[in-house]
Amino acid sequence: MIIVGELINASRKAITEAIKNRDVEAIQAVACQEHEAGAHYIDVNAGIFLEEEEDYIRWLVQTVQAVVEGPCSIDTPNPKAIEAGLSVHQGTPMINSISLESDRYNKMIPLLAGTDCRIVALCMSDEGMPKTAEDRLRVADKLINGLVQNRIPLENIYVDPLVQPISVDRTFGIEFLKAIALIKEKFVGVHAMCGLSNVSYGLPGRPFVNQTFMSMAVALGLDGAIINPLDKRMMANIIAAEALAGRDNFCMNFMKAHRAKKFEF
Amino acid sequence: MDKNQILEKLAAVVMDGTEDEAKVLAQAVVANKIDPLEAIEQGLSKGMEIIGGRFERGEAYLPELLMAAASFNAAMAVLKPEIEAQKKQLVKLGKVLIGTVKGDVHSIGKDIVASVLDTSGFDVVDMGVDNPSLNIIQQAEKIQADVIALSSVMTTTMPAQKEVIDTLKEMGIRQKYFVIIGGGPVNPEWADRIGADGYGKSAIDAVALVKGLMAKKK
Repeated sequence: MIIVGELINASRKAITEAIKNRDVEAIQAVACQEHEAGAHYIDVNAGIFLEEEEDYIRWLVQTVQAVVEGPCSIDTPNPKAIEAGLSVHQGTPMINSISLESDRYNKMIPLLAGTDCRIVALCMSDEGMPKTAEDRLRVADKLINGLVQNRIPLENIYVDPLVQPISVDRTFGIEFLKAIALIKEKFVGVHAMCGLSNVSYGLPGRPFVNQTFMSMAVALGLDGAIINPLDKRMMANIIAAEALAGRDNFCMNFMKAHRAKKFEF
Repeated sequence: MDKNQILEKLAAVVMDGTEDEAKVLAQAVVANKIDPLEAIEQGLSKGMEIIGGRFERGEAYLPELLMAAASFNAAMAVLKPEIEAQKKQLVKLGKVLIGTVKGDVHSIGKDIVASVLDTSGFDVVDMGVDNPSLNIIQQAEKIQADVIALSSVMTTTMPAQKEVIDTLKEMGIRQKYFVIIGGGPVNPEWADRIGADGYGKSAIDAVALVKGLMAKKK
């Protein structure tokens, strides 16, 4: 499971302040914690700043990579901010994200074509948010084909089928899950990833809902997640779910986690 | 069942009943020759208000609010033809034009706000998603809206909320409308900065906000 640490996000108050004050230490502390907790990518998001987003993304990438030996996930729909992040990034970043919305798609493809960036492909189009598994597959199909035609290898594509809250429509959870299975079956080698906390929006007991949903998604083939890696229960849940889904040879990773006391909270 | 019992049950069915139960009760209103407007005011709307209050205090959750709106609408489907047959008019609190701004195709939050405003007694016209600023303004002019409610769920489309307000100013018709904004990344500071008339965090917030603005108008 590819873990993208979601904590450096400007919509969180502490991060807003840290970014505004260019507080290097605060950002680096969060980045290190995420990295140590097992995040493969450190997501950086400065979305709420609009005009200053490019500068802040550039600064965030540099600040994080000064202490973390690993890639960032550049989190913005704004092509200019992506360009800014790419200009200073060391190694191979993840781009979070492209979608089939024509404006975003057309501006982003030239930036990404032929690169080895890992690319999150969000199942959203000009027609709006997908409702059913088939809607998602249709959008994923076009996105994947578009990316592959632009020399992005299948295994660098992380399709995000788009999680929507079950509080609004009880079918949103299951349609998302079915979409994972459909996409992974049709495009062998492609990854499925998501930020899943949206599924519990509007409900009480959100962590419990999120963890359960994660287990179900892993069973159907989810192999990437944008989450809080400091959430020990969620991380433990992923390790157990992967073993249960048959993706952990001889359950070695599970036992390693046990010995590292990852199932003690 | 006497009239008061039916009214009480109407409020209760909105709070925690099914759409079918709401429909049956609305049919009882008609069968017992109860004034449908009274049934809405003393029954259905009361139930919506109570559930709205609970939601605001964190005692009720989003699915309960949406189920209440569904029951409300199921009962209304029975009562509306009655009101029309009696040539009475449902007094609306005001006309709200709602839509998601240009470049943004998110609909869920906007749909919830539209539905709750509707069940709270407003005349709601929903333009859907990805609306160019000029289309929104033309529609507001056409339907003579009191309030323009703009949803933006991405930081990249928030400037479109500003564009609507700026365009209204340029056209010299800014004062004709209350413009309110909402959506995930939107906050009160942004509302102030772009000169909106208000910001709502939730659908229930939006009801209080629009009621407050309409009171100013009178």
